[in-house]
Amino acid sequence: MTTTERVKPRMPDEVGVPDPFSYMHPVMKKNYGNWDWHDRPRPGVLHHVSKSGDEIWTVRAGTQRQMDVFTIRKLCDIGDEYADGHVRFTTRSNIEFMVADEAKVAPLVEALTGAGFPVGGTGASVTMISHTQGWLHCDIPGTDASGVVKGLMDLLHEEFIQEKMPNRVRITTSCCQINCGGQGDIAVNVQYTKPPKINHDLVANVCERPAVVARCPVAAIRPAMVNGKPSLEIDEKKCVCCGACYPPCPPMQINSDESTKIAIWVGGKHSNARSKPTFHKLAVANLPNNAPHWPEVVEVVKTIVQAYKKDAKHWERMGEWIERIGWNRFFEMTGLAFTKHHIDTWTGARKTMNTSAHVHF
Amino acid sequence: MKDSDAKQTVDGKDVHPTPQLDQLEDGPWPSFVTGLKKLRDEGSDNNRKIMNDLLGQLNHSYEKRLGFWKGGTVSVFGYGGGIIPRFSEVADRFPESREFHTLRVMPPAGNHYDTDILRKFCDIWEEHGSGLIAFHGQSGDIMFQGCSTENTQKAFDALNKIGFDLGGAGPALRTAMSCVGHARCEQSCYDEVRAHRTIINKLLDEMHRPALPYKFKFKFSGCANDCVNAVHRADFAVIGTWRDEIKINQEKVKEHVAEKGRKYTIDTVVNMCPTRAISLNDDDTLEIDNPSCVRCMHCINVMTKALSPGDDRGVSIMIGGKRSLKIGDLMGIMVVPFMKLESDEDFEKLEEFAENVVEFFADNALEHERVGETIDRIGLPAFLDALDIDVDPNMVNHPRTSSYVRTDDFDTEAAKWFERKAREAGLQIGAD
Ligand code: HEM
Ligand code: SF4
Ligand code: SF4
Ligand code: SF4
Ligand code: SF4
Repeated sequence: MTTTERVKPRMPDEVGVPDPFSYMHPVMKKNYGNWDWHDRPRPGVLHHVSKSGDEIWTVRAGTQRQMDVFTIRKLCDIGDEYADGHVRFTTRSNIEFMVADEAKVAPLVEALTGAGFPVGGTGASVTMISHTQGWLHCDIPGTDASGVVKGLMDLLHEEFIQEKMPNRVRITTSCCQINCGGQGDIAVNVQYTKPPKINHDLVANVCERPAVVARCPVAAIRPAMVNGKPSLEIDEKKCVCCGACYPPCPPMQINSDESTKIAIWVGGKHSNARSKPTFHKLAVANLPNNAPHWPEVVEVVKTIVQAYKKDAKHWERMGEWIERIGWNRFFEMTGLAFTKHHIDTWTGARKTMNTSAHVHF
Repeated sequence: MKDSDAKQTVDGKDVHPTPQLDQLEDGPWPSFVTGLKKLRDEGSDNNRKIMNDLLGQLNHSYEKRLGFWKGGTVSVFGYGGGIIPRFSEVADRFPESREFHTLRVMPPAGNHYDTDILRKFCDIWEEHGSGLIAFHGQSGDIMFQGCSTENTQKAFDALNKIGFDLGGAGPALRTAMSCVGHARCEQSCYDEVRAHRTIINKLLDEMHRPALPYKFKFKFSGCANDCVNAVHRADFAVIGTWRDEIKINQEKVKEHVAEKGRKYTIDTVVNMCPTRAISLNDDDTLEIDNPSCVRCMHCINVMTKALSPGDDRGVSIMIGGKRSLKIGDLMGIMVVPFMKLESDEDFEKLEEFAENVVEFFADNALEHERVGETIDRIGLPAFLDALDIDVDPNMVNHPRTSSYVRTDDFDTEAAKWFERKAREAGLQIGAD
């Protein structure tokens, strides 16, 4: 670049969080903070009524989250032709179209379904899986994210477009133990099964050794000299295979096609409705990371969803159902094994033990 | 599209075969693979090139069961964060997606868009990026994925000119999320948009120039249904609630019972109240013992027409939620059981409190420690002292069970409690 070409860089306009009112549906804007009640005329459709008497219908549809510009424009075309040109996205990447006229609902549903976007995800359904980045974009993933989710949603599609579950089912997936996908009624997460293999040639160049040593939750990493060069060593008996050392030090190779497995967790809940929010608990570990269809994972998820659907009471979430029936019946109904690894050994573990004479048979 | 009928070349270069990914195109759920291929085959010049190699690399990941991205440093002029840099480790085989950075861009509060702005995003990303956008990442950002280092500034300038700004990454204030709330939900107990924009826009410097010990997240839910998962995932969770009585429309209760049946109403409403605060009267009206109600939202969720939150509304604030790293999962702790949030002064108070908590975090957290971990390390009372917050029984499930505590100033502390109670009682009389 010559001096004459060098232009002064543009200073950012620090606008912060954009004001949503210029994008919001006019009926929502007009009735902001003044809504009265809602119902669901059919799966995938919400109907909200304002104290002013105004009404709005919302049609919710599933997307692939990772969207190409053609898909986004197709959704915009549908929004312009069949809806009022205003949309929003839910925290689980479903798109919502708002219309002020009930007559627009049926053609909109038809247009979306016809274009391949399933309408549903409301009420007691299995809605879209909240997921992470995986092989497409993260630098530490043990598996893919969008691919697992595509496989699972193909299987659970019927439960998305109807509301036949006891209560809503929130599934999440995460491609490492950092668990960006978050807590879920069912969580499908990578679980490493072997300590990292250290690439000693690289440690000296790229690794800030004190930072990695400090990162380990069980103090299993020590500085060491290997082949005359500063490196690290791991106390493999202590290591819990969490992978936390990998982000600050990529030579701590935690991912491998053999030791990267999948674990399934159940009973996490965000909402405060009825019971307090809960974390998800281990159901099964060591399932193979079997791309591109993850059939073993899909099979277990299907089994758990079916058992819950069959046995839970209306409004009971997964975790509340299990609490009522007891964990022994959960393992019985799902055909999964209860092992010593289900017994917590981390800080606070004692609070997870049964210290009463209450026993389920 | 299957490989058999796909193009064999993109701009004279061979199309990478993607046998693994091809298997993710069947089935009823929309396929991201089909979208990536469409960008490869029909996208802009820029998109076609990037996507052919990106698909090649992704298929390679599926075969090797390993990821091939590494981080680095990329930023835009004036900011220290907001871009997630990605460099390929297999660029010798897939050179065109060698640099595949993500711009984290903050959505409008509540994730509202119109088709016009979405089309503008598409045009910008077609020109400067890969054509792939995620609505949204779990971080709450719009993820503009797949940008070269060179184009990062151009893409940001274009997005910034239409009113959008970068979100957080690294040890910084992160992009916040708020539920749809006031815009469409009758259960919402405060103006989420205003709270969200007031706090984040005040603290933008902490987002754009990362200098905190670690990440700090705000999330805003209009009620205890917590649609944005604030309790689990936010360092600072703002959750709507009310202090007076649940509003009951007894006619609608009767209609509900008539429609759904008495047994069903007892099973799903009366029996499921966590504090046994509800009973169904013989004439099919409801009675609620409001002092026992914990504002869990369940009965209101079931009887959307008959029940609604009371009129004396505000927020609860919970501090310290996070996921596993490093000491294990934590949920937010109830630190402010109720704060009125209606008037300008109320919002100023909330803003000031948020600033104080972030300042406390900046000054007291160890490197790479979340505020929930700081609280665990120093104890909740020390945190409350530092922020000048009065203790409240709502902060605990129950009082301590361990007798190992020094209590020689117990009487002084008790006097403070009685003084406060007397003052509150006086205020209530005054207000009447
Ligand atoms: C480098 C690629 C990474 C990407 C793209 C990424 C992205 C994300 C996203 C989208 C979330 C969800 C945030 C939310 O729910 O609010 C998240 C959460 C999280 N990230 Fe990252 N992350 C990355 C690396 C890391 C690293 C290196 C660490 C730590 C060493 C880390 C620690 C966490 C933790 C602990 C969470 C859990 C959620 C929470 O506490 O709120 N991430 N990350
Ligand atoms: S769960 Fe782990 S691998 Fe997946 S996106 Fe989050 S940090 Fe990356
Ligand atoms: S994997 Fe986790 S426990 Fe094992 S050495 Fe690394 S940080 Fe420590
Ligand atoms: S959190 Fe409450 S107010 Fe907000 S959208 Fe959900 S139900 Fe409505
Ligand atoms: S809101 Fe929850 S605690 Fe209160 S009465 Fe209703 S069900 Fe009971």
